This record gives sequence, C-alpha cells and structure tokens, in this order.
Amino acid sequence: MKTIFRRLGLGLLLGAVLHTAAYAASEEKEIPLDHAPYRVNNLLALQNGARLFVNYCLGCHSAKYMRYESLRSIGLTDDQIAHNLMFGEAKIGDTMRVAMTAAQAEKWFGTEPPDLSIITKALASHRGSGADFLYTYLRTFYRDDSRPTGWNNLAFPGVNMPNPLWMLQGQRAARFAVGPDPSDPSVQLKTFVGYTQLTPGTQSPTEYDSTVADLVAYMQWMAEPDQLLRKRLGVIVLIFLGFFTFLTWKLKSEYWKDVT
Amino acid sequence: MADQTLHGAHATPEHGGLRGWIDKRFPFSSLWSAHLTEYYAPKNLNFWYYFGSLSIVVLAIQIISGIFLVMNYKPDAALAFGSVEYIMRDVNWGWLIRYIHSTGASAFFIVIYLHMFRGLIYGSYRTPRELIWIFGCLIFLCLMAEAFFGYLLPWGQMSFWGAQVIVNLFSAIPLIGPDLAVWIRGDYVVSDVTLNRFFAFHVIAIPLLLIGLVGSHIIALHQVGSNNPDGIEIKDNKDGRGIPRDGVAFHPYYTVHDLFGLSVFLMIFCAVVFFAPQFGGYFLEHNNFIPANPLKTPPHIAPVWYFTPFYSILRATTSNTVHIWMAVLVAATLYALWRNRGKPARAAVFAIGGALLFWALATIDAKFWGVVSMGGAVLIFFFLPWLDRSPVKSIRYRPSWHRAIYVLFALNFMVLGYFGIQPPSPLAYAVALTCTLLYFSFFFLMPWWSRLGTFKPVPQRLVYKAH
Repeated sequence: MKTIFRRLGLGLLLGAVLHTAAYAASEEKEIPLDHAPYRVNNLLALQNGARLFVNYCLGCHSAKYMRYESLRSIGLTDDQIAHNLMFGEAKIGDTMRVAMTAAQAEKWFGTEPPDLSIITKALASHRGSGADFLYTYLRTFYRDDSRPTGWNNLAFPGVNMPNPLWMLQGQRAARFAVGPDPSDPSVQLKTFVGYTQLTPGTQSPTEYDSTVADLVAYMQWMAEPDQLLRKRLGVIVLIFLGFFTFLTWKLKSEYWKDVT
Repeated sequence: MADQTLHGAHATPEHGGLRGWIDKRFPFSSLWSAHLTEYYAPKNLNFWYYFGSLSIVVLAIQIISGIFLVMNYKPDAALAFGSVEYIMRDVNWGWLIRYIHSTGASAFFIVIYLHMFRGLIYGSYRTPRELIWIFGCLIFLCLMAEAFFGYLLPWGQMSFWGAQVIVNLFSAIPLIGPDLAVWIRGDYVVSDVTLNRFFAFHVIAIPLLLIGLVGSHIIALHQVGSNNPDGIEIKDNKDGRGIPRDGVAFHPYYTVHDLFGLSVFLMIFCAVVFFAPQFGGYFLEHNNFIPANPLKTPPHIAPVWYFTPFYSILRATTSNTVHIWMAVLVAATLYALWRNRGKPARAAVFAIGGALLFWALATIDAKFWGVVSMGGAVLIFFFLPWLDRSPVKSIRYRPSWHRAIYVLFALNFMVLGYFGIQPPSPLAYAVALTCTLLYFSFFFLMPWWSRLGTFKPVPQRLVYKAH
C-alpha cells in the first residue's frame, strides 16, 4: 500500500524533474531486449525446441499444465514422444512434472524454479514480449564468481539460475567499463562493453542463437498450444462476419429506404 | 400513456391456432406488439444509439460463456489457477470460451461507457427519463462489482493483490473499517474463503441483480419512449391513429438496424478474441499469468483498464489533496452563507454542516477521503438529472462551448485512465490531481455552467435525412 499512497507535497513537484531523470537513468541500466525470431509456426523449430526443453529445462523446471500428448500437434507420434522426450515413469497423458522437490530447490538454488507452462505470457512487460525476454536472457549469461552459482546474467542481474546451456555456448566472462555517469558525475556507472570467451562451446554463436530461438519458440507455443488453431479459425470467422455485415447492411438499407 | 396501452390492446388482432391458444393464457401477442412492432422509436437515432442493444448482447455473451466456464472452473485457492489452464488446454474449445469471457468483460465496459456518454450529450437522463438513468447507474455499479469479483477468480498475482488493495480500502472507514474489511474477506487476508464468496457473488448474486435491473431499465424506457439526438419528445406530435409522426416501429426498423450494428461489433470483438486476446496486457494482465502468491507483493499493482480512471482519483487523494478539498469546502460554505444571508436559520445549518465536514477532513486519514472521492466519482452520476439545468436536452442546441466541455470531460476521463495504469510518480500525481478537480468541477458546477450561453432554437420535428 505504501507505493499507492505515497504522500507527496506540492513543494516536491519542483524536484519532480530531477526525480524523473534519476528514474530514467536506472531504467537505462536494463539492457534492451533482442527481438526473438517468430518460429511458432515452424514445426521443425518447435520439435527441436521440445527436445532442448526436456533435456535442459525439465530437470529443474516443471511445465505442470502441459501434457506430453499435446506434443502430437507439433507433428510428433506417440512413439517419438515416449522414446525421445519422456524420462522416468511418466505416461503419455501426464503433464510435465519435475523430480526436484520445492525443499531441494530452496536448498540448492535459494528459490523454487518457476513453472514454465505459461512463462512467456507471464514475462511480458514494458521491456518487450516474454519471448523477447527469454531469447535475450538465455543468451546473456556470463561467469561471475561473486554469485553462489558462479553465473550472472545481463538481462536479469543477480538471477539464481546457472546457465543451463553453457556446454553449447561455452563459458564467457563479461567486461564492464566503469566511468562517471554523464548526467551525474558523482555516480560511477558500470557499463557492459563485451564478452571474453573463456572456454569454447560446441556451437558457434550463430548456431547458438538459432538453438535458443527454437527453445523460446517451443515455450511460446507451449504457453498456448491452440494459438495457431485460434488464428486460423479467426480468419474464417472474420471472413464470415464480413459477409454477414454486408448482408445486414443491405437488409437494413432495404427496410430504411421507405422511411422518409 | 393510457392511449398507448389501449392502442396495443386494440391493434392486436385475435389470433387462432397455437398463437391464439397461448394468447388466452399468456399475453404474448400484446407484449410483442407493445414492445416491438408497435413500440415507436424516433427515426433519427444515430451511431451513439447502437450501444444500448450491444450492452444486452454483451450481457448475454457473458452469461452464456460464464455458464460454460463454471462447468470446468474450480473455486478453490489450491486449484483455481490450474483449472483455468485446464480450461485453456484440456477442455474442448475451452480457450475460446475463456477468451470470449475475458474479452467480453472489457467489451462490456467499452459499450457501457459509450452508452453513458450518449446519455450525457443528448440529455437522455432528463425529465421524464430520470428513473431510466438511475436504473442505468445501478447497472453500472453492479457491473463494476461483477468485474471486481470476477477478477479474483483466475487467482493470479493481479487477481490476489488487486482484491487485497481494494478490500483494504474499506479498512480506511473510521471506527468500523478494519472489522468491515475482515467481514468482506471472511479472513485476515484474501484467501480461499474470499475466493469462494467472490465466486458466489460473481456467478449468482450480481448476475441476478443485473438481469433484474436491465429489465427495469427497459420497462422504464418503454414507458416513456427513447430520447433522440434532437432531444425532442416524439409523443408530442402524433397522427390520427395516435402514432408519433417521427417514430418508426422498433421491429422491424430498429431490429435490422441493430443487427447491422451488432455485426460490425462482432467483427471487432472477434478480431480481439482470435488475434489479440490479451490485448497487449490490457485485457489480460501479464502478471496474472503468475499464480497468486500472498508472500510476494508485485512491485506495481494496477487494476484492469476500465477501473483506472476511478483508481487515479483514489491515488490523487493524498493528505495534500485534502487541503485543497478543505479550501473548496470553505469557499462553498461562505458562498452558501452569503446566499442565505437573509435566512439566519438556514445559514446556521450551512455553517454547522461546513464546520463539521471541515473537522472531519482535518482529522480523518487521507486514505478515507480517497475512498470517498473514488466512490463519489461513481455516485455523482446518479444526480445528473438534477444537476443539469440547461433549457434544452441535446448538445445540438446548446452553445458550442458546451460541446467543448463534453469533449474535454471525455478526454479528462481518458487521461485519468492512462495515469491510473502508470506507476506512481510526481508528474502522474500532479496530472491526476488536476484531472480529478476538473472531473468534479464538471459535475458540481453544472447547475451554473449548464445554464450559461446562447441556446439555439429547438425544432418542432426531428432532423432526419432519408438514407
């Protein structure tokens, strides 16, 4: 409630300009998000994304509203799903659960990893879409020994999650330049300037970007598996309504032409 | 009035067969003619008059989609969030039903706001339509309650914290406040108990009230007949058969007319449902896709867009704003004293009343006055029929600068809405405060400004150009 009922005197209004400027500076520290390529309509990308998801994400994160059998609609057979994408004793009608308990997660990472079923919807913000955030986030990890996990992230500073894809991307360190803030020289500003590759990854940077794009596309699709059907159906509905509107317009004109 | 009933009774021919059988037992034919084929509406109803029938359609959409949602939704704090995802994924066409219902909520407010603005500019609330207007205001209140209760049900972060903030407002009421808030929630925080009672209100209590009020709204309307963009009574000019010369039968003329309007509306509605159901986070907020967590307050809590103008007024009322209200109160009291300078008894009442209110403003927490301002911003609509003293009903025959006032009022409302979504900042506070003062000035000063200016002559007959 305190943010809502912040009591401000009219006298403070003069200071408002300065205050807003300070606000803007802290906003700038949030790195701009890269635009995630749209691949929700690309079955190969979704299948690759599903494979990456069950291998790299599902160890810690659940997708407890997503049923394995729903993967049929991205062109996979029950056999393919059962043999390539399911581990343990899960059945095809089950949802994507995780073996790690909340207590273990709390102990190992300090927090419970969020469920990923609708994560792309939840992460949308003024910064961009949820997909844009994930696409940027999964590509901006760097080694940081000051963090408990040894990892930090440019899009989400201080995150508790280590880089799950480090073997693909390789390990990198981030270089920062420290200099005075141009708008307030008394403040030292830490600006990101570039990465140093510490160990090579199994993929080139271009390949890695595409891998992340596929994974993000899968999560975007998983947030609403019926979204493509929805859009296809929408086209048909609107074509029908366009025709219906024409008909009702003619009907109305026919009746009203007698009204003088 | 009498001749209309007579007319209906006389004009209805005796029917044979099934219709005759029914008519002997139920007044089907006379109801049909009284409310449709022989209910005469002004023939010049324009664009603004689509939104009445559209509101009924949206109400029907909400009730029908709501019934199907209730079949699969679980009003349980542990299951609610999951059951919504179950509807989205596992229930056949569940995603469509849910998006129709969530888009319908926003659509309801859009058509109602436009419908109310129509009433404002054409003076539809004025004699003899005061009761239609009051029923309408009650419908608006119910709609707000319905939307508020319904928003808790998905049990996301915004559902939970929005309900928490709004119920906490009641705790600002002196003496009974804290107990009242607990009584509303049924618990010390928003919990499973709250979810269950909000579900009952959302699904049974408020919809019943809404349907009853909508029925009363229409019965009152058919008693006096529709107003029109010229603000003239068509019943004052009838032909030999007692039919208004400027009226057309509601059915078929306005049924085909409104069918066209409905069709255009459905195109826009379906475009949202199928292509942008979240509407960029305005119809379904991003944070609400995170399950409710009582231990984690979101950094920025904003209600859904349709409440934000009133939320802005709430936020604009700080202890500093209360000082402005005090100054306004002193000025108003002094004015009342001067007006009643010859009547000492009345003047004393004003002086004592003013002093008591001043004392209340000075001692009670600003949060309470925020709640009063927000509530007042809604309730003030009830008094419009008596605040408006313009000699003509319609904006068409009022001075041009009156038009500017109505346009400014609408813009002011939208600016309030915009700043209600933004996180609090000194700039947002200054703007919201200015807009709040303008909002209330529009209503409280209406008895004065609505009489000023040069009014244009009102014609005898409707202005109508054949299509």
